[in-house]
Amino acid sequence: MITTTTEPLALAPATPSGRAWRRFRANRIGVAALVLVILLALVALVFFVLDRLGIPFPMDPDMTNLERKLLPPNSINWLGTDNLGRDVLSRLLNGAYISLTVGFIAVFVSLSIGVTVGAIAGYFGKWVDNLIMRVVDAIMCFPTFFLILTAVALLGPSIINIIVVIGLVSWTGTARLVRAEFLTLREAPYVQAARALGQRGPKIIFRHLLPNAAAPILVTAVLGVPEAILAEAGLSFLGFGVQPPQATWGNIIADGKTYILDAWWLILFPGLAILVAALSFYLTGDALRQAVETRSERQ
Amino acid sequence: MAVFLIRRLLVSCVLLFFISVISFFIITLTPGSPYPWGELNPKISEEVKRVFREKFHLDRPLPEQYALIMRDLFTGRLRSIKDERPVLEKIAERLPATLALNLGALALSLSFGLMLGIYGARHAGRPPDMITSVLAFVFIALPGFWVSYLVAIGLVQAAVPILGTHTIGVTFSNGAEVFLDRWWHVMMPASILAIGGIAVQSRFIRASMIETLREDYIRTARAKGLDENTVFYHHALRNSIRPLITGIGMLLPALIGGAVIIENIFAYPGMGRLGYEAVLERDYPTLVALNFVTAALVLLGNLLADLLYAVVDPRVRLE
Repeated sequence: MITTTTEPLALAPATPSGRAWRRFRANRIGVAALVLVILLALVALVFFVLDRLGIPFPMDPDMTNLERKLLPPNSINWLGTDNLGRDVLSRLLNGAYISLTVGFIAVFVSLSIGVTVGAIAGYFGKWVDNLIMRVVDAIMCFPTFFLILTAVALLGPSIINIIVVIGLVSWTGTARLVRAEFLTLREAPYVQAARALGQRGPKIIFRHLLPNAAAPILVTAVLGVPEAILAEAGLSFLGFGVQPPQATWGNIIADGKTYILDAWWLILFPGLAILVAALSFYLTGDALRQAVETRSERQ
Repeated sequence: MAVFLIRRLLVSCVLLFFISVISFFIITLTPGSPYPWGELNPKISEEVKRVFREKFHLDRPLPEQYALIMRDLFTGRLRSIKDERPVLEKIAERLPATLALNLGALALSLSFGLMLGIYGARHAGRPPDMITSVLAFVFIALPGFWVSYLVAIGLVQAAVPILGTHTIGVTFSNGAEVFLDRWWHVMMPASILAIGGIAVQSRFIRASMIETLREDYIRTARAKGLDENTVFYHHALRNSIRPLITGIGMLLPALIGGAVIIENIFAYPGMGRLGYEAVLERDYPTLVALNFVTAALVLLGNLLADLLYAVVDPRVRLE
């Protein structure tokens, strides 16, 4: 029995981003991870808004109830309650926006610095490049998490400080990448042509170099988000994260660790939340990297 | 070789200078009160504040502050606020434990990363590769503190001695047992510390192997009729020595940083724990010195990695 597929030959999309999107869609793990990322973002947004409007859903995350403390998962508290009788599920949902906000904004900060520095080094080359890259090398020698911890502890833990410090510490990878891209791209014929036509530095950087380096920059951005999420969770665990009573995934674990033998749900669920969030960003980023890898196209 | 060494050492000196400047900035550029106890604490007398300012030379202009702090650091005059002991002494006594933990974790990351990466490349694009790929990302995404806490609690509950550097209250009959006991206490936190490193390294090796397998000389080897195992392990794998060495420089900062939390959970007396204690005490001298020393250690690791390149790869010529 022979079955013939009568699927029409789809025309290849004309734009590189269209082609990349097609390749991304073909990656089932990547698509699943992206859906998860979008879902997480929606959850974080919805519960942030509910919290600001004062609607306690499913329960008020900060409401204590000592008669119902340390209850295992049950029909009312689906993920159990903590030592003050607060609903773990509500706290997890309420804390989601902290993780994602830190993730996204810290990446925005680190990208802004990394792209600027990398662009300057890669475009101007020579001693400028040499100097900048030696500084980057030096920063890369520092043990990242310890540097973040030191700075946050000295500045005082607040969400703004955490975001800024994570951003300030983690831009070096992006800078290296952008510089490498620029060094290759600036020898490209179309850049030479633009220069021959009399275009100047900023225009060449913004019109020609940056758009062509956009794909790898996007990939590092997506892969940077889970790094920041994990760093924030680690800080929260040590007590240097966003301060209580605001729930964060890290500080639910930190608060619960005293009760681990009586209340495994205080440790397990927030840990899984961090794992799933970080994993979905990593898998999305990796699928994206595979989709935009244009080595074959450039030749 | 000599020229390369000298040039590499000169670059390292430049990097060390930048590292010292960055370490210095951590205390001077942090806005707010420089005092660990807060500016307006009424219990602190002017005298104490003056001593503190003098200790950090905070009454001098910035460049002079920098020069003086670095002088104090290098001459061992920099003392901890907490117990007035020289900072370098405190770091030195933690150094052996830290080296054991981080080198253990590094060795585990490199070896298991290599194996996992080879396995992935061998089955590239097929289900086994997809499973190991997802697994690698699960490893990277696992919050280290969470895993170590669960493992530590589990083992302590099962009455397995795991905390600290050696089993307390047991006298071992011979040196071998003492060694094995220490080994066990290092390897447990080291394996948790290595989880992320294994995953990162395996991705790295896998990508490099897949790239190598596309090379002309691999096609030649296959065309000669060599069997796939010889091609894979004899011809292709050799090229993965480079990413293996690059992994050293890449993983070290992440390992030392990650050790801060893991050393705490396992009550392991390394530099990470010292760092966390210093953070809690706002012990600036210790923090500055720790950041400086660890970055310098990573720099040393990178230097060794560069030298290793030349030893293992005849194509690298040291000039």
